[in-house]
Amino acid sequence: MSLALGGVARPDSATAGTPADDRILLSVSDLRMYFPVTQGLIFERHIGDVHAVDDVSFDLPRGQTLGLVGESGCGKSTTGRTILRLYKPTAGRIVFDGVDITRLGGEALRRTRRRIQMIFQDPYASLNPRMTVGGIVGEPLTVHGIGTKAERRERVAELLDVVGLNPNFLNRYPHEFSGGQRQRIGVARALAVNPELIVADEPISALDVSIQAQILNLLERLQGEFSLTFLFIAHDLSVVRHVSDRIAVMYLGRIVELAPSGDLYAHPLHPYSVALLSAVPIPDPVVESRRRRIILKGDVPSPVNPPSGCRFHTRCWLRERLGNPERCTTEDPRLRTLAAGHEVACHFAEEVDGSIEQRQAIGVPIPIAAGGIASAGAATPAAAALAGQAPAVPPAAPQA
Amino acid sequence: MMTFDEPAAERLLSVEDLSVEFSSSSGRVHAVNRITFELAPHETLGIVGESGCGKSVTSLAIMGLLPKPAGRIAGGQVIFDGTNLLTLKPDEMRDLRGRDLAMVFQDPMTSLNPVITIEEQLVEVIRAHDSKVTKAAAHQRALDLLELVGIPNPKERLRGYAHQLSGGMRQRVMIAIALALNPKLIIADEPTTALDVTIQAQILELIQRVANESGAAVMLITHDLGVVAGMTQRIQVMYAGRIVETATTRELFAHPRHPYTVGLLRSIPRLDLGDDRALIPIDGLPPDMTRERAGCPFAPRCAWATERCLVEDPELVSVTAGQRTVSSGPGATHRVACWNPATDDEAAQGVPASGHVSAITAATDARVAAAAAILADLP
Repeated sequence: MSLALGGVARPDSATAGTPADDRILLSVSDLRMYFPVTQGLIFERHIGDVHAVDDVSFDLPRGQTLGLVGESGCGKSTTGRTILRLYKPTAGRIVFDGVDITRLGGEALRRTRRRIQMIFQDPYASLNPRMTVGGIVGEPLTVHGIGTKAERRERVAELLDVVGLNPNFLNRYPHEFSGGQRQRIGVARALAVNPELIVADEPISALDVSIQAQILNLLERLQGEFSLTFLFIAHDLSVVRHVSDRIAVMYLGRIVELAPSGDLYAHPLHPYSVALLSAVPIPDPVVESRRRRIILKGDVPSPVNPPSGCRFHTRCWLRERLGNPERCTTEDPRLRTLAAGHEVACHFAEEVDGSIEQRQAIGVPIPIAAGGIASAGAATPAAAALAGQAPAVPPAAPQA
Repeated sequence: MMTFDEPAAERLLSVEDLSVEFSSSSGRVHAVNRITFELAPHETLGIVGESGCGKSVTSLAIMGLLPKPAGRIAGGQVIFDGTNLLTLKPDEMRDLRGRDLAMVFQDPMTSLNPVITIEEQLVEVIRAHDSKVTKAAAHQRALDLLELVGIPNPKERLRGYAHQLSGGMRQRVMIAIALALNPKLIIADEPTTALDVTIQAQILELIQRVANESGAAVMLITHDLGVVAGMTQRIQVMYAGRIVETATTRELFAHPRHPYTVGLLRSIPRLDLGDDRALIPIDGLPPDMTRERAGCPFAPRCAWATERCLVEDPELVSVTAGQRTVSSGPGATHRVACWNPATDDEAAQGVPASGHVSAITAATDARVAAAAAILADLP
């Protein structure tokens, strides 16, 4: 059957000598998405723009996962939706598999959408309560006119099986399923038309802790089975690190750091990334006692009037330490490459590497300059104590 | 009923055999099932569990805020500072609430009044419990409180409304209201779940600081094991309305014993371990709380389950047999409700040692074998 899962031919990404362009499935350059702010009831005057996505560029190679991480309002979801062309980008270029889809419309856009699918955050809101599971999962097939009715039915049953649902549930309604099962239905729907790129927007944040791992493992398995490319959008850095090959950290509509996921954790180079990392709690009290959070002052500024220069300068801990250099407020830092595949948008990123803040954020024992405790074994508690954060004293009280 | 061996003087709160039921159209929901725990003064206790495990209902029962008439305390008692809260009259309870017992809720938007100013809400709390406080004194106290919780421009903010504040600022106002009368116990129910992670860090630091300064005990209710790891001295893990494991924070993370605790720890990605560690999901779904079932409530999802787990409900007992039980404070005993707890090795692997066949798998296999035998006999 032509509908067989994984039927889309994929170029062999391992082949040496393939032109670089061929391995890049999605290339986004200078993408901007502004939403107008208007005032007035009858005559709507345009008084400004929400700079939701402002000058975002990245490449996503086939078969890889790029994680987009940031806090609410940083533009990560808008970036995902703009790539799907759910919005009309204000400026920039989106190139999908060598074709510029930025201004595509009508039938051409519809054909492209078959190759890019989305998994939504809320499995309660993203499934039509009046449609059966069979109808929901089969709808993309109907829309794109794929297969006969019988073939579609067979394909839907196959999809349900692939995502770990009983194919006999075809005629049930979404309310009969739990959150995790509903998310599986959403995944099956996204897979239905054999897409190459899947944009997953916070696919697990609405689920219970014990269910999250089920969905993460499912996505990981499907990526391997169907050589899918993922744009994985989430606020949880631990989850993003787990699934992604590369991570882009966003702040106020910009990518401030882009790095291989291991690198981003071991050597965060943007002051915001360091603060973000430091704020993620690690479920291990021993590691936690070695870490210190960087408490950012205040809230994220309004994206209608983003700060001048570097957008993070109003809350930056590094700028304060460097004596508030002029450059941060006047010159907008561009992404620059500091290590292989590691880009960062900060004028003073070199100051971040090796800083106490960076090491405390990730919980690495601080190297001891004075005192001469050189033995690696003794370094951990002593270093933590020297850094002024003596680990919580373990309960010493006798228990017998 | 469970009894403890240490003197009562060390207890700020003692919950004994508490059961809470809800009546719903689909039957009686057993939200909390005979839980017993204690809290020492100045202690920070984390209560961890997923939605529906009864952690929030426990806190509402302590606060006397169960939704009426659906929610009902079916048994047990809650002794706070020597008083049984469950026998108090509504106006006595109202006086205690806010004064000695304060609560911070998850969603600061729905728990603040949108149509009155921040000042009115703070002053209301202060004056409701002490009518002798003058308006000027209450105003000054409100100002001090906003400053204490780190709200910039407190003077202007006092005149403002909740919608003018960001989520993190609203939660600070909630904490200011909770602190207004120097409570002895602050119950924080998922105080940072609705917030971004850098704002969460601000709020957690604030709760820690104000608890340290005021000496209040804190009950931190959350689904996030990461949050309790750095914040609490002791942890209780709840499942299906029961406490399934409790220990000091370090002990619990170093030697988790209950398969559910192990499952929770192994099913979340850890920032510091990245993708080197595979996630091990907990199979199945949380239990249907309308049904009373025999055996351990976690057994149907448990890889460690034995025959006994399916029929007999385990009690929460010390992991070391015959040990004297200490229920609160830094020397609290590690206790677990499980017939076949995980060993350290198994906890590290996230799965039972090879050779163990879960009773659930065994039962399913037996049914499949029986069905196959019947089919084989057919002509």
